[in-house]
This record gives sequence, C-alpha cells and structure tokens, in this order.
Amino acid sequence: MKKKILSLMLCGMMAMGVMAGCGSAGKKSADKKSGSKDGTITVGFSQVGAESDWRTANTKSMKETFSEANGYKLIFDDAQQKQENQITAIRNFIQQDVDYIVLAPVTETGWDTVLKEAKDAGIPVIIVDRMVDVSDDSLYTAWVGSDFYAEGSKACEWLNAYATAKGVSGKDLHIVDIQGTIGASAQIGRTKGMDEAVKAYGWDLLEQQTGEFTQAKGQEVMESVLKQHDNINVVYCENDNEAFGAIDALTAAGKKVGGDIANGEVMVMSFDSTNAGLKDVLDKKITLNTECNPLHGPRVEEIIKKLEAGDKVDKLQYVDEAMFAVDDTVKSVKAKMSAGGEKDFDITVVTDDVISKRAY
Amino acid sequence: MAKAIQKKNSIVHNRLFLPVMCLIAVLIVNLIQTPDFFHISMNNGVLYGYIIDIINRGSELVILAVGMTLVTASSGGQDISVGAVMAVAGAVCCQILSGGEVSTNTLAAPIILAALVGILVSGVCGAFNGLLVAKLHIQPMVATLILFTAGRGIAQLVTKGQITYIRVDSYKTIGGYIGKCPVPTPVFVAILTVILVSLILKKTALGLYIESVGINGAASRLVGLNSTMLKFITYVICGLLAGLAGIVASSRIYSADANNIGLNMEMDAILAVALGGNNLGGGKFNLMGSIIGAYTIQALTTSLYAMNVSADQLPVYKAVVVVIIVVIQSPIFRERMAKRKIARKAVA
Repeated sequence: MKKKILSLMLCGMMAMGVMAGCGSAGKKSADKKSGSKDGTITVGFSQVGAESDWRTANTKSMKETFSEANGYKLIFDDAQQKQENQITAIRNFIQQDVDYIVLAPVTETGWDTVLKEAKDAGIPVIIVDRMVDVSDDSLYTAWVGSDFYAEGSKACEWLNAYATAKGVSGKDLHIVDIQGTIGASAQIGRTKGMDEAVKAYGWDLLEQQTGEFTQAKGQEVMESVLKQHDNINVVYCENDNEAFGAIDALTAAGKKVGGDIANGEVMVMSFDSTNAGLKDVLDKKITLNTECNPLHGPRVEEIIKKLEAGDKVDKLQYVDEAMFAVDDTVKSVKAKMSAGGEKDFDITVVTDDVISKRAY
Repeated sequence: MAKAIQKKNSIVHNRLFLPVMCLIAVLIVNLIQTPDFFHISMNNGVLYGYIIDIINRGSELVILAVGMTLVTASSGGQDISVGAVMAVAGAVCCQILSGGEVSTNTLAAPIILAALVGILVSGVCGAFNGLLVAKLHIQPMVATLILFTAGRGIAQLVTKGQITYIRVDSYKTIGGYIGKCPVPTPVFVAILTVILVSLILKKTALGLYIESVGINGAASRLVGLNSTMLKFITYVICGLLAGLAGIVASSRIYSADANNIGLNMEMDAILAVALGGNNLGGGKFNLMGSIIGAYTIQALTTSLYAMNVSADQLPVYKAVVVVIIVVIQSPIFRERMAKRKIARKAVA
C-alpha cells in the first residue's frame, strides 16, 4: 500500500513538472525580431554530442565561425546524445531570448512542440546535419547539411569512369555494399546512389548488408560475404569505420586490397574522408573516399547574414563536398543531385599535404 | 533392450539435451540452406569457414555467458550492465595504451598492464553491482541498471568522447592471431575462461555454495554460508569476465568505440543463459548449457548472414527462432509433450 501511494505521488509530481515546463515556455511568446542592441548577434547552438571526430570538427567549425571577433555571441550546448537535453537547451535559448537557434538534431522526429515554441517566440531555427521530420515546414527556417544522395551518385559515377578506364566492363564489377545503419539519412542516400547505378550500368551487386556504421560489424559482414562469393572486386562501404573493418577482413582472407581490379585486387570505396580514412587512401587501401563535410559554420553564417538583411533564404542548403582518390585516373565526374539536375565534381588526389590539413 | 531404453531416456532427460538439440537444429537448417556451411579450409595460413566464424565471433558472448550464469544462479537476477562494462574496460585499456592520444602508432604502456588495469576497473564495476545487490538487497535488474546507463557515459568520459585507435600490430593479437597459429586467439581466451571457471567451481565448493544460496539464501545463511559474500563474489567475477570480453572486442577493432563495444550484448548473454536451460530465477545452474546457448545465438547470427537475410529483417528472423527455442524449453510445453507420450504409450 505504502509503495502504491509513493508511486502515485511520484507520478503526480512528474506530471506537474511536465505541465510547469510547458507553462513557462508557452507563456513566453514576446515577439522580438533580431534585436542587435550592440551589434552582436546571439546564436544558440544545440549540438548532438561529441561521438566522433566528424562531430568534433562540426562543433569546432561553428565555434570558429560564431566567435566574438566576428561579432557573435555563441551559446553552445552539448546534448550528450539525448533529445530531451536538446529540447531543454532550446527552451533555455528561448528564455535567454537569443537571435537565432541552430540545432543539430539527434533524431528526426519529436521536434514539433519545441520548434513551435521557438516559432511563437519569433526566433528563426536553422537545422544542421540531420533533418527534422515535422508536420509543418515553417517550423524551421533553413536546413544545412550533406547531400547524401549526391555523395552516393558521384561515387558510383566515379566507379563507372574508373572501371571503363581500367578496361573492366560493367558486368564484371562484382560489388558488395556494406550499408550504414538502416534508416539513417546517410545510408538511404548512399544506398540509393548505388542502386540506381547498378540499374543504369548493369553492375553485378552481389550483396547488400548493414555494417551499422561500425568497424566491428563491417568486419563481421565482410568476413561472411567473403565466404559466399569469391569474385568480389569492389566493396562499397558507406563510412570510413566500415571500410577499416572490411579491409581487415579482406586482408585476413588473403585478398589484396587496392585499385587494380583488372588484376585481382579488391577495391574499397568509402565515405566521410576522416583523417584516418584519408591515410588509408594514401596507403592505397581505400581507392576512393567521398567527403562528408562537417564544416557547416560558414554556410550557416551566410544564412544568418541574409536573414539579417531581410533577404529570403533557400530552405535546403547543401555544403560543398570533395572526393579523394588514390590517383587521377578519373579527373572529374558529372553526377546527379538531390535537388535535381547534375553537377561536375573534381577529384582530389590525396597527398601528405591534404591529410595534414584535415583536423578530424 | 530395457537398458537401451533407459539409456535413451537418460539422454533425453539430460539437462543439456534440449540446448544441444537446438544448436544442432540451427546447424542442420544451415547445412540445407548453405551446403558448404561446414566446409573448413586453410586460407592465408589460417582456418577459414563459417564454423570458424561462429566459434571465433561467439567468444565474447561465451565469456559473458559464464559470468551471467553465476550471477543468475546466486542472486536469481541478471547483470544487465555487462555490455557497458565491456566498453569501460576497452576504453580504459586503449586510453592507457595510447597515453591519452586519440590515435597512436606506438604503445605508451605494456599491453599486459593496460589489459589488466582494464579488467580490474571492470572488476570494480562488478563489485559496485555486487555491493548494491548483496549488501543493500536491491533487485539485480535495478541495481545493474545504474551501470547499464552510466557505463557508456564513463567510457565516453575516459576516451573524451572519441574513438581511441591503437594502430599497433601487437595489440591486434588478442582479437586476431598469435603469430602463425591458425586458430583465432579469442577462441583460446574463451576456452581458457571456461576451463578456469569450471575448475574453480568443481575443485572448490564454490559451485555448490552458489547453487545453495540461489535456492534459499536464508537457509544457506543458517547452515553457515556467508550468502552476502557469495553473491558479491559472483558479481565481481561477472564484472571481471565482462572486462575480459571487452578487451577482446576492443582488440578486434584495435580501438575503443565507447558507443558500440558490447552494444546489446547483455541481452544476448541473458538469452544464452536461458537457452542453456538455466532457470533465470536462480538456484541450480549448468555452465555448459549457457556456453552452448551462446554458440547457438552466434550460429543464428552467422547463418542469417550466410542466408542473405536482408539487414532490416534480421531481428525478426532472430526473434522467431528464439521464440520457438524458448517455447520448446518451457516447463509447460515439456510437461505437455511428456503427457502426450505417456498417453500414446497407454494406447499402444
């Protein structure tokens, strides 16, 4: 009985807490447009966490762009991978009456309420990296991030051009696609690029299996796939960690990793272009590494400047992303973009200089 | 003839009968689906084949299942923090080896030392769980929930939120191969763990004590067993073994990935104990059963890969098979089957 009363009380307290939280945030809807009292613009940035080098570089880019020297005051919040922390952070930003909110969401869903609060308070929200899935598009002003589909499609265009240059026909490309975590936007875009290319060029796609973006799974999947097929010559890994695992599994099975697919080498393609990933390109273990650019700061600043000037901004904005290859067999490719249309992409050959410039 | 029937009965009623049958069933399905499933060859100087993969990849799970069995037997509850503790051990070990760097090509400390410290820290985690369960009588699920949630946070803290890479070949030995030995090292680690623990259980009275505490803690205390201490010890052992599994997992990828090392492994370890025919309510236990259970789970995962089950459907297939196995092993189902058999005999 005692326990029941206690749990009832706890439930009641929790409910009250929730209501109180809503109330305080809801009341505050003073409409205030970018009040730059002394010329400084206050930006609240809610970051997912610091789970990878990529993320750290993303944070650094924001901090460098929105520095005091550039006329900004940045309030940074690390959510440690928890959505509730991010929601709290956004509410705090609203309380503090910041001029802009920048959000790198941990998940796609569950943002309707808190973004509505921000909208009611008249604060523009800019989403970076992952997308948010909200019922009303006007809840955020703009989104800045990677065009994952373009990444996949240009990597596949490169593969086509490279194979042609090496005299390997499309049906002789036996490909394994180690996918990312199923449902992640990076996985969806990069897999779609591969699927379309397989249809268009008649490649032999042996297997598609998820490596969950981790090295351990990438290795385990590669191990298993190697036992079913002995004619694999291209491994398409959807991030660098998976590529590391796949390379280990290939080497352990006695395969030679490299770009010479005409002569029995297995080519590994990867995404992200982290420092470690590029080192593997230099060591000729990864033949092509397509970048996933974490430097979102400048693009976000551009949007804020436009908004300050009262201009309209595009809803979806993609950052520029490079491609890094072992050699210059292919100099540039023309690939499809998410927004429609095609664009030319140049290929950078990896040197020590490129790697030393890469902080993440 | 009568003797033969008796012998048959004793095999059927052996506690290991069902777990072994389940493992065999999984393997037979494999054989039909993938004819070369049992094919083992030498490739690049090492043993190569699906079976080797199962035995190799199942090593961490076997190590975890051993610890989980003891905890289950003594306290009638499970330690759900083992996955997170694995991450802690991996993080501590790699951080010591790298000397605080994110990625390193030289070792800052001897591997043995770093591994021992990692395992020791996980032992402390186990002691913390043991204290809560044995001394403060908190339900095991709740007590270990603390480290289940906090453990990865601690590991993140140790690695400063980054993946720490140890790019030194000697560190890959634990998760790879010793010199020219064709058998993967994790297999040896798992076998040694099992031998060591079963020796301790068999050669001392510890096994018996643990069972007795699990069956009736109060009565065991009255006959002079320190049941608090015994429960505590099983949690410490479980923590130490989780640490060992963490080192193996970390060595496989020569890095400390705090977010992913041992992810969801606690559930597989508990499942291994259950598949092994052990009562999750504590008491009598069977170490071999849990080990067979662990290999069954790994066999299932590997065979689903071999059968090209697409990634998004994988958990569904796994769940279906697990449900079937658990139902077959449930007491009610067994009773029904036994009754039907008797009825059939009566008709005949």
